[in-house]
Amino acid sequence: MASSQIIILAILVTSVATFISRFMGALTSEKVSVNSKIFKWFNCVAYSTLAALLGRMIVFPAGVLADSDLIIRLIVLISCIALFIMTKKNLVIPTIISAVLLGVLTNF
Amino acid sequence: MINLKVFLTGLQSLKGSRSPAIPLAACFIALGALLKDAGFNIQQSAASSLFTYALPGQLVMAESLLVGASIINIFIAVWLVNFRLYPMTVSLFPLLDHKSQPKWKYYLSCHFLAVTSWLIAKDGYKKIDKKHRIDFWIGIGIGTWSTAIFMTVIGYLSADYLNKNMLIGLAIVNPVYFFCMMIGAMKNLSISIAVIGGTVLGPVIYLFSTEWALLFAGLIAGTIAFLFEGKNGK
Repeated sequence: MASSQIIILAILVTSVATFISRFMGALTSEKVSVNSKIFKWFNCVAYSTLAALLGRMIVFPAGVLADSDLIIRLIVLISCIALFIMTKKNLVIPTIISAVLLGVLTNF
Repeated sequence: MINLKVFLTGLQSLKGSRSPAIPLAACFIALGALLKDAGFNIQQSAASSLFTYALPGQLVMAESLLVGASIINIFIAVWLVNFRLYPMTVSLFPLLDHKSQPKWKYYLSCHFLAVTSWLIAKDGYKKIDKKHRIDFWIGIGIGTWSTAIFMTVIGYLSADYLNKNMLIGLAIVNPVYFFCMMIGAMKNLSISIAVIGGTVLGPVIYLFSTEWALLFAGLIAGTIAFLFEGKNGK
């Protein structure tokens, strides 16, 4: 188990590594106009990077989620997206159902 | 200094049928429990969400500590996984920009940039007068950020009562919420291509490079989507 100093250093390093991207983004934004092509490119890249992260979280999850079956995760995801569309974009219902459904399917 | 009414509108995005409170609670409770496992005390766990507030980076940090990775390795791994915040900031902040607003608001509030707050802001900014959009953003940010810190503490305190099945259940909530929000955001062809392309390429490139997968998948799928938009003149 890591010592207290290592943990504090890790928190510090993680925060700096994260803030750099945010702050650089804020600085770059000052030079980017909403109507420019570069803004549109950044917008597409932002959505696809986020989608890549989500795809990875479902197919190759880190942590406890890795202990569930991929097929079950996909069934839960697709059912909850269907539920989201059916409930006229309610987000509370599909998110609650996702946890319950995964629990039920993993245990049966 | 801050338009209170607009700020409160942002803060109130935590309520209602599109509330991010449940997915935020689920993932940060799970994080709090994981941090306890990794040997953090309660103050350190809260500090991690207070100063980092970006779940994938915090997960990478905790897991790296558990396997005894070096500090330099943690820095690089976190930077790579959280680099997505750069294009996300650049694709949001110009929409919030107004000459009359002081720059410090932008420099400080960029800390609130995370997937949840970004998706909410992208979904709702059009309803707010351009002059006060940054205050709307600060409202969303304070709401989601404080929820995350509070829930990390709750997760830490309830770690002993959470069994593995409950933690697995909590872990699926966040990706499901994000996917639903992204599907809701697919209002034009280029965003739809970006989302579908990224979802497919992310895991595929991950097979070849675990660390660079997000960056490459985002650049490739995003550029394809952008070129497609250019071609169609939309």
